[in-house]
Amino acid sequence: MSYFIQQLLNALQLGSIYALIALGYTMVYGVLGLINFAHGDIFMAGAFFGFFIAVMLKLSLVPTLLLAMFLAAVLGIAIERVAYRPLRKAPRMSLIITALGVSLFLENFTRATLGGQQRSFPKLLNVQEFALGGATVTNLQILIIVVSLVLMLLLRYVVQKTMIGKAMRAVSDNKEVLALMGISLDTVVMATFGIGSALAATAGILVGMAYPVIDPYMGIAVGWKAFIAAVLGGIGLIDGALVGGFILGFVEIFAAALLPSTYRDGIAFAILIIVLLLKPTGLLGRPVVKKV
Amino acid sequence: MKKIVLALSLVTALIVTGCSTGASAGNSASEVKVGLSAPLTGDISQIGQSSKNAAELAVEEVTSAGGLKVGDKKLPVKLIVGDDENKPESAANVFQKLINQDKVQGIIGPPTSKCANAGAPIADGAQTVMISSWATNVNVTKGKSYVFRACFIDPFQGKVNAAFAANTLKAKKAAVLYDVASDYNKGLAEVFRDEFKKAGGEVVAFESYQTKDTDFKSQLTKIKAAGPDVVFLPNYYNEVALQLQQAKQLGLNAKFLGGDAWDSPDLFKLTGNDLLEGTYFSNHYATDADVPELQDFIKKYKTKYNNVPDATAALTYDAIRIFFQGVEKAGSTDKKAIRDAVAATKGFKGVTGSISYAGSGDPVKSAVMIQITGGKYKYAGTVNP
Repeated sequence: MSYFIQQLLNALQLGSIYALIALGYTMVYGVLGLINFAHGDIFMAGAFFGFFIAVMLKLSLVPTLLLAMFLAAVLGIAIERVAYRPLRKAPRMSLIITALGVSLFLENFTRATLGGQQRSFPKLLNVQEFALGGATVTNLQILIIVVSLVLMLLLRYVVQKTMIGKAMRAVSDNKEVLALMGISLDTVVMATFGIGSALAATAGILVGMAYPVIDPYMGIAVGWKAFIAAVLGGIGLIDGALVGGFILGFVEIFAAALLPSTYRDGIAFAILIIVLLLKPTGLLGRPVVKKV
Repeated sequence: MKKIVLALSLVTALIVTGCSTGASAGNSASEVKVGLSAPLTGDISQIGQSSKNAAELAVEEVTSAGGLKVGDKKLPVKLIVGDDENKPESAANVFQKLINQDKVQGIIGPPTSKCANAGAPIADGAQTVMISSWATNVNVTKGKSYVFRACFIDPFQGKVNAAFAANTLKAKKAAVLYDVASDYNKGLAEVFRDEFKKAGGEVVAFESYQTKDTDFKSQLTKIKAAGPDVVFLPNYYNEVALQLQQAKQLGLNAKFLGGDAWDSPDLFKLTGNDLLEGTYFSNHYATDADVPELQDFIKKYKTKYNNVPDATAALTYDAIRIFFQGVEKAGSTDKKAIRDAVAATKGFKGVTGSISYAGSGDPVKSAVMIQITGGKYKYAGTVNP
């Protein structure tokens, strides 16, 4: 039983992180229909912002987090302005290739300027273990789960209730009519990239604390998995990112826990393929009805 | 038909002359060119830097002595460094370039097994001596007469750890967590499992993960539930750092053992001294061992680069000096002659111990176990082949 609880906690931690990064993919897709492949690298940049803020400015956890979120938001908005906006009317394929290019640029620019070696992420939290019915839970684990859930609820509130959120949904619904309603597409897109990137930076710092070895390529594997989580849950949907993230976390942890760990990724991805075969638009996605 | 035969014989003639001019050019070369393939960038760039430092140090020594004595002439040595990024496909490119474009007489490295496995068939096919510094995987030299190494092989390290765990630590139950996608980790893990069982112990958990994973909690929870006395982590230092941290967070109490991939100054930076306290790993040499050649090398390396050489540095230094000795003994820059001279190496006094080749590319040499205590390495015992 304690073994099961322990694995459950492990899965919650991993799932929260996937969900938090998946939100960025899903938001940009929902608003622009673009798969922002550079998102995993903004996550990496967020971790490095956190690293330098904590090491050089010696700030504590909360100011580090806020400052890194701000810097990542600026980076995300800048990327959109420079790389995506000029191509907004170009074919979808050009945008996807550009996104891949931005991703490679961020990885290699970071490697070229900072070096390819791993860095030890500073201890922003004094990690303590607590016994929980035979399992152990750390304050860091609780922090990761709570921060992720709070941010997701906050994002839901923003999208559902605030003016900018309504504008985002309007863009998602119909770009052409938007201008007639007096909504600036650029502002909405900027807000989307800003919020998505700030969430990625949060994930970057949480990952930096949980797995304190960071390098310029740390965003690739996690980025892909978060992207898969977003698709699994139903890309474009905030709840979908949450559901997809947690499912992927649970499948990965429990595939290794119950079966020989050599088969973990094989089993995890086989399950994902089966889900998508049965529900091509993702678990929460509704099939697109085309009116004739 | 006649035309085809004519064309074919022309081509053959061209190839033959091409080859013979190549060989004669090799004999009268005005310098000795040696290549180095090392991961200067990528996930283990520290290893690449150490290799490059050690190779440059060895070349500098030869240069200050006026060059290598080949026959009756002294020839200068030129070192050409290629970045294999710790990726097999990049290593293959580096080998192609060094052999075909730079026309080197020998290649040192790559240090990692997966890159060495990619480069070895190319070197062997082109009849160019390759001496890997640190690739401990069995297959690197297997069936290749031009491929050598300066280090011992994986089975031996798995055996050393198993023997140490069973005999010195008196462990009854062992668990293993290893990267299934990397030849090195897998090789050590499998031999440890077999040897520990042979020594009368029980392997209670044998768990794996994939390169680039950062979350090992599922596997470590499983290992904890199996209650091992020792946990063998034959993984690279950057992953070991995360594994030790997560093991502690899960309350997994056991003695941790590892292989020579732990050996990097970054292990301490990434892990923290308290988590490393009392862990053991097998290595090619211990810096506190009382060997004059070794202490001399450490001193020179420290003066030039301002840090203590890790095992890759020591082995690269040995590998390139075995090659230099081979060139001098061959008395020629002919690649076949160099190969024969290297294969005949007997009792070479390397900084990592005495090295001899007995009919294969794998040297006969011993290994040491090191304990980490107080943020320092401490010699804990030697295991002979």
